[in-house]
Amino acid sequence: MAALAAVAVAVLVACGVYLVLRGRTFPVAIGLSLFSYAVNLFLFATGRLVSGAPPIAGSGGPTADPLPQALVLTAIVISFGMTAFVITLALRAQGELGSDQVDGRADTPEEER
Amino acid sequence: MNHWLIAPLLVPLTASVALLFATGGSPALRRTLSLAATAALLPLAILLVLQADSGAVCSYRLGDWPPPFGIVLVLDRLSALLLLVTAVLACCSLLAAIHGEDRRGRHFHPLFQLQLVGLNGAFLTGDLFNLFVFFEILLLASFALALHGHGRERTRAGLHYTVVNLAGSSLFLVALGLLYAAAGTLTMADLAVRVAAAPADDLLLHTAALLLLVVFGLKAALLPLHLWLPGLYAESGGAVAALFAIMTKVGLYALLRVFTLIFPASTGAGGAVAALLPWLALLTLAAGAVGVLGSRGLRLVIAWQVVVSAGMLLAGIGLGNLAGISAALYYLAHTTLVTGGLFLLTELISTQRGTTGDRLEPGPPVRQPTLLGGLYLLGAMAAAGTPPLSGFIGKVLLLRAAPAGGTAWLWAVVLTAGLVALVALSRAGSTLFWKTEGLRAEGGGARPLAFAPVVVLLGAAVVLTVCAGPVTRYTEATAAQLLAPAGYTGAVLTREDRP
Repeated sequence: MAALAAVAVAVLVACGVYLVLRGRTFPVAIGLSLFSYAVNLFLFATGRLVSGAPPIAGSGGPTADPLPQALVLTAIVISFGMTAFVITLALRAQGELGSDQVDGRADTPEEER
Repeated sequence: MNHWLIAPLLVPLTASVALLFATGGSPALRRTLSLAATAALLPLAILLVLQADSGAVCSYRLGDWPPPFGIVLVLDRLSALLLLVTAVLACCSLLAAIHGEDRRGRHFHPLFQLQLVGLNGAFLTGDLFNLFVFFEILLLASFALALHGHGRERTRAGLHYTVVNLAGSSLFLVALGLLYAAAGTLTMADLAVRVAAAPADDLLLHTAALLLLVVFGLKAALLPLHLWLPGLYAESGGAVAALFAIMTKVGLYALLRVFTLIFPASTGAGGAVAALLPWLALLTLAAGAVGVLGSRGLRLVIAWQVVVSAGMLLAGIGLGNLAGISAALYYLAHTTLVTGGLFLLTELISTQRGTTGDRLEPGPPVRQPTLLGGLYLLGAMAAAGTPPLSGFIGKVLLLRAAPAGGTAWLWAVVLTAGLVALVALSRAGSTLFWKTEGLRAEGGGARPLAFAPVVVLLGAAVVLTVCAGPVTRYTEATAAQLLAPAGYTGAVLTREDRP
C-alpha cells in the first residue's frame, strides 16, 4: 500500500509541476490543483497507512491517526478556494490582457498552431 | 489565562464580517467601522507589548486543551513587537485609503480587515499548521487587495503573485507533513523539544527544514524567489502597497521563529540552514541594489528597496548572535514603517504629476513642492540609511554585530547597497521635483489631512532615532529571549495555571 501511495503522489507531483510550468493559464490552474491533490495524499500518508482501523486510541489493536485527516480536510478546503480564485483570475486576465499567456503576451501565429 | 491574546484576532475578524453585511450601507459607515476596528488594535498592541516586556511568555490555549494537544496562541516579545508595527502601519494605510482608494472596489474594507486577521494570527500562533492557515488567510486577502481596482499590469502582476504563492503553499504543506511524520506533532514548542532530541542526521527533518526555508524565503522575497515582488508592489494602489510592506516581514518573522525555536543552529537540520542564510542575504542585497538602480518609476525603486531591506534583515538573522538579531529587529521596525510611508507619499506625488505619474522622466511640477519634497527628503534619507535617521542606526548596529574576521563581505555589500540606494533615490528625487521643463502644475493639491498618514509613518523614523535607546533595549531583550528557546517551550508546555 505504501508503494502504491508513493507512486500516486510522485505521478501527481510530476504532472502538476509540468503543467504549472506551461505558458498558458488554464494548464497552470490544472497543475496547481493536481499539485494540491498530491499534497493531500501525502499528508494522509504522514500518519502511517492503515486501513479498517478506528481513529480512537486505547481501543486495543491498530488505530488510524486522526490528525492528518483533519489536516487534509483543512488543506482540501483551502486549496479548493484557491483553485476557484485562480480560475476566476485567469478568466479576468484573459479578458483584460487579451490572451491566456501567463505573462500577458499576445498570441503569436505559430503558437496558435 | 490571559484573554487579551485573542483580541487582535477577534477584533478585525468581527469587523470584517460586519463590514461584509454593511456592503450596501453608506461609505461613511463602512469607513468609520473599519477605522474604529483598526484603531482599536493600536492600544491593544501597546498593552501586549507592555505585558510581553515583563519577559514572561504567555500562552493562550484555545478550548483549554492541555498542551501539547490543543492549538495555542503565544505572546512573547517578538510577537508583540510585530503586532505593534502592524497596528501602526495598518492605521496609517487605512487613513490614506479613505481618501478615495477604498471606493475603487466594493469589498476593500472587509478584505483589509481579513488581511489584518491573517497578519496578527501569523505573529501570534504557536502551532505550525495554524501558521499555514493564517498564511492562507493573509494571502487570499492580499490577492484580492492587490487586484483591487483594475488595470492590465495589475492583473498580470497579481496572476504571477497568486500562482507562485499557491505553489509555495503546497510546499509548505509538504514540509508540515514531513515534520509530522518525523516528530509526530506540529505545536512549535513540542516540536522544538522533539527535534532537539532527534538524531542530528535525520533525513526527514533535514528535508523539512530546507523546504521551510524555501517557503519562508518565498514569502520574504529572498533571492532567487523575489521576482513576484517588484511588479506586484509597483502596480498595487498606494495604501495597499503600504500595507504590503509588512508582508515580506511575515516571511522573515516565520524564518526567525522557526530557525531559532525549532531548528536552532545546534540541531543538525538547523545547522545546514544557518550555513546558507548569510549567502542568501548577500545575494538578495546585491540583487536588490541592481533592481533599485534599474527602476524607471518611483514605486519600482521603493519596491526594490523592500527586497534590499529583506536582505539586510536576513543578514542580521544570519549572523545568529544576539547583536545581529537585535539589529535586524530594530531595522525591521524602521524599514516597514518608512517603506509604507514612501509608498503613500508616491501615491500623492504621482497624483499631482498628472499623466506622467511616478515615472522618472520630465513632467509637470507638483502643486505642493515644498511639503512633498521635504517629506521625500526625509523618507529617502531614512530609507537610504544616511545619518542621523534610524536607517543609519540600524545599519551601524548590524555592522557592529558582525564578528571580527571573515565578515568583510557583509560590510562591503551592505555599504554598497546603501550607496546605491542613495544614488537611486537622489536621482529619482531630482527628476521628480526639478526636471519640470517649464511646464505648469496641473490639478489641485492634496488636502492637509491626506498628508497625516505619510507624516506619521515617516515621522516614525525620527521617533525611532530619538528613542533608539529604549527600542534597542527591547530588541536586545527580544533577541535574548529568542536565543533561549527553553523559556518559550517551558511556558507553553507546562500544565500549570489551570483553574
